[in-house]
Amino acid sequence: MNDALQPEEVQTKLNFLEEVMQATPGDSRLEMCIQCGTCGGSCPSSPDMDHTPRTIFAMIRADMREAVLRSNTAWFCISCYYCTVRCPQEVHITDLMYTLKSMAVRQGFTQPNTPWSDWSLTFNEYVYNYGRAFEFGLATRQGLRHTSLLKYPGLAQLGMGMLTKGRMNLTPRRIEGLEGLQKILNRADEIEGESQ
Amino acid sequence: MKKYLFFPGCSLERNARSYYDSIMAIRDDLDIEFEEIQDYNCCGATEYTSIHRLGSFALLGRNLALAEKQSNGTHTMTVPCSACYLNLSKTEHYLRTDAHLAGQVNQALEAGGLHYNPGMLDIRHILDIIFNDVGIDVIKSKVVHPLTGLRVASYYGCMIIRPDYENRFPDPEYPDLLEKLMSALGAEVIDYPLRAHCCSGHMPSISAPVAYELIRRLIHTADEYKADVLVTLCPMCQLNLDAYQPDMNRHFNTNYHVPILYFTQLMGLAFGKTAKELGIGKEFIDARPALSRIGIEVPPAEPAPEVRHPRKKEEGLPMPKMPAKNMSASSQGGKDEVK
Repeated sequence: MNDALQPEEVQTKLNFLEEVMQATPGDSRLEMCIQCGTCGGSCPSSPDMDHTPRTIFAMIRADMREAVLRSNTAWFCISCYYCTVRCPQEVHITDLMYTLKSMAVRQGFTQPNTPWSDWSLTFNEYVYNYGRAFEFGLATRQGLRHTSLLKYPGLAQLGMGMLTKGRMNLTPRRIEGLEGLQKILNRADEIEGESQ
Repeated sequence: MKKYLFFPGCSLERNARSYYDSIMAIRDDLDIEFEEIQDYNCCGATEYTSIHRLGSFALLGRNLALAEKQSNGTHTMTVPCSACYLNLSKTEHYLRTDAHLAGQVNQALEAGGLHYNPGMLDIRHILDIIFNDVGIDVIKSKVVHPLTGLRVASYYGCMIIRPDYENRFPDPEYPDLLEKLMSALGAEVIDYPLRAHCCSGHMPSISAPVAYELIRRLIHTADEYKADVLVTLCPMCQLNLDAYQPDMNRHFNTNYHVPILYFTQLMGLAFGKTAKELGIGKEFIDARPALSRIGIEVPPAEPAPEVRHPRKKEEGLPMPKMPAKNMSASSQGGKDEVK
């Protein structure tokens, strides 16, 4: 009896479905999903996902927060938007995948040092510190952390090709308005924190 | 002469420099002028939005605010990179339709002394500008070296045609703008069935086998259709299909050789520009054999880097020798050839 939620708590505590929808820009239409599976059938990487998008949406409704946020599904979304344009219910599936990734990181469900979360976090670190993407740093760090030694010759060949063909810089480029950009990004994170 | 704001994006500075160079080389023929956005920042690709929701809108909001400041009468901003295009138009779309979000983003932008009025900018991809604003007739009239006999597979990838917030493209799965453009240049256009499939995006760095399979499908199909060259309009697609093609070949033990060029490079060739002006020669998969077939000679690119050096001294510790046949194949074929 003591565990039962008080009426006011019932009203204020969001269930996982509502939480995901609220954290997605615009109207995600997640509640409209009819479990037809068009998303998974259209997805180029669904065979490598722990759960297909359709299953993930059923799991969200079933309030399976941990299983959803621990799975690799959102991280294997390549953002091709096939599911989004094919969904008969017009659910914003790709946007929802972004939401799940950020929730997994914020709520501590992402396993540390996975190639996928490292890639995003390193990419963002360079964007925050320089204002621009920095392929050389990104590829080197990712390669050293997550590529087996056997793959090093291939990686080196690729890197050398990029450098000698003049397609990659060895040093990052810093934008002039970096200080302003960092203030903007910090403020955005504060606002997002306050509203949660 | 029509003037547009121009957002190059990080890729066009280095990795896709040839895309930038070829756009700049043909702009006079197309009678268009660009004003580049000054001190823009990265659009965040698919990564920033994966971790920071509001932060990613603020990151892009800064670019939109800078563009608005520079607009000076012209409100159309053209973007050549599909990822930048999608991110900028998505941000514009959500800021315009969600007042609460717009308020929050502008609150963040204030910290950097900026402000953006949603609805001020029209974000359009460079293909859209070339096809709809310049038009096929003008393009046809500028062709001095028709690409007769060159079999071209046109490849769109994803982010330009999907989800297409402003309904600028007729079909999210089977568009035909590039095909019409290429046949206007005199090229032989193949009906490439995978034109809108995914190039694997950031997957080569995250889970290479997934990426190799997606790259293989695209390259294999282009090869089946006997395409001399595959044209693209996105730096990410070009990088994945070109730079990772040798890796993919190694992974599947195949020997595909499909050169990947930007559509603007082929436009430049048809307009009589030199290969050097258009940045041809920076590809991993050599486009010269295909181009020489239609009478376009490309000066040799810088020598391919040797990763494995020959042994300095023949005498020394006994080492296993490779069969002579393979040795000669790999030394003659250069780095793109995989045995």
